[in-house]
Amino acid sequence: MIKNISNLGDAAVYCDFGNEVNKEINSKVINYFQNLKDCEFEGITNLTPSYNKLIVSFDLSITNFEKTKKIIENLEIKKNHSISKKKIQIPVCCEDEYALDLKKLERKLNKPTDEILDTFFSKEYFCYMTGFIAGMPFLGDIDKNLHAKRLETPRVKVPKGSIGLTEQFCNIYTFESPGGWNIIGNTPLNVFDSLNEDNPNLINPGDTVSFIKINKEKYKNYNE
Amino acid sequence: MSENFFKVIRAGINTTFQDLGRNNLNHIGIPISGVMDKRNYIISNKILHNVPSHPIIEFAYQGPRLVYHGDPLNISVSGDVKFKIFKNKNEIEGKCYETITLEDHDEIDLISTNKSVYGYLAIGADLNIDYQWKSCSINTKANIGSNNGKKIQDNQKIQVSKIKELSRRRLDHINSKIENIRVIKGTNFHYFSKESQAKFFKKEYSVTKLTDRMGMRLEGERLDNIINTNIKSEGLVKGVIQIPADGNPIIMLADHGTIGGYPKIATVISADFDKLSQLTPGSKIKFKEVNLKDAETIFKLYEMETNNIISKIL
Repeated sequence: MIKNISNLGDAAVYCDFGNEVNKEINSKVINYFQNLKDCEFEGITNLTPSYNKLIVSFDLSITNFEKTKKIIENLEIKKNHSISKKKIQIPVCCEDEYALDLKKLERKLNKPTDEILDTFFSKEYFCYMTGFIAGMPFLGDIDKNLHAKRLETPRVKVPKGSIGLTEQFCNIYTFESPGGWNIIGNTPLNVFDSLNEDNPNLINPGDTVSFIKINKEKYKNYNE
Repeated sequence: MSENFFKVIRAGINTTFQDLGRNNLNHIGIPISGVMDKRNYIISNKILHNVPSHPIIEFAYQGPRLVYHGDPLNISVSGDVKFKIFKNKNEIEGKCYETITLEDHDEIDLISTNKSVYGYLAIGADLNIDYQWKSCSINTKANIGSNNGKKIQDNQKIQVSKIKELSRRRLDHINSKIENIRVIKGTNFHYFSKESQAKFFKKEYSVTKLTDRMGMRLEGERLDNIINTNIKSEGLVKGVIQIPADGNPIIMLADHGTIGGYPKIATVISADFDKLSQLTPGSKIKFKEVNLKDAETIFKLYEMETNNIISKIL
């Protein structure tokens, strides 16, 4: 399952599940993550799953790389762990003041706005991971015709709620943050709630997200 | 009973409540946060007989000026900090690493940190502040932690309760300076040309002004990537050194993003985090390679040294 285990510095184990990004590899990562999380091993301080890697951090004053590596190697993986599989709808307004990079994207992709948005809204997206900033979901895969590189100069401030695209992925900026993704719209929905300590993320790895287009009026009057 | 509190006359540049941070939340995008210089945090609390996870006021460069109202209470300041105490009309030069008793209307002015970044003000009482995920540590980027996740502000009150006994304690301590930053080669070390790999360990890098609790940006001879300037985004840990396309290193610190897509050339060893975080903009640093076994031994020595310092508190 794990192709290679190595150390990342002196206080983390780097588990490599492969180089491709697809649901199959990602599901293995999530499954390992869930199983390790359930065991609550002493000294393990963080688990950071991503598309195809899992980083296991530990407290060097309690344990070390060799011991943590053994735990991972000997872990009994329960196959059918209850991975989150919710379906979530996200309202998005793509009118000019929210779609900061849509005009640029028209030129980058050589496609009219309508076609870009129709393609984007016609698909469901899988949540591979959450992170970078609190609660930010990394969703995929977007249509091949919408693949675009990051902005050449990243924004210092991307507004909260922005929906961004890059390469095969889209994401939601859960709060104002620096970032370089192409912004095509904004959601009035709160995707991260730090006051809900048990379940702060609306979207978790394994969930499916669809985006629903709304107009500015609906955006302004949106009540959660 | 009367109310005991500090009133913030001047908040300082980057003044926050911190403790050891919060674990097991990286997977939802929340970093550990917590104090930047752990040893100074522990010492300052130990002087006051506080438990090792007691909240502290951390400040960078210029600290706060506070006026105290209430029953007598002990504080201690750690780091390399210039500060003054005002009692009635008397101005007293502050000394780090010893208990100071504040009485009603006394003031403390944490003027500046000398040739270092972070200083700590520990308080010998409970701080009436909020906890989020079992930690008070403020992450200003995500607005998480006590004080609504925001820096301490001018004019705000900091309420305290359960004042501890006023014992007198002190420590002779001088912060040691860093010479080299010791690192372990990273998972993408081979992404860089042989020449750049050699440069990384030979040349000096300087700390830039774009350095904060999230990360430290360095400037120096450009490191050339020969494979790809991006990797598929993956987890980060404190101390990871990423090299973006411009070829200048960025070191992840306490409030770092949990996921990143730049190649990892190396990771700073845990024993050097405290000293690393105290490097001011303009400081020159050199990276020195160590292996995992060495790093583990150096960490044990670091812990022993901390315990040794604590045992010398009188």
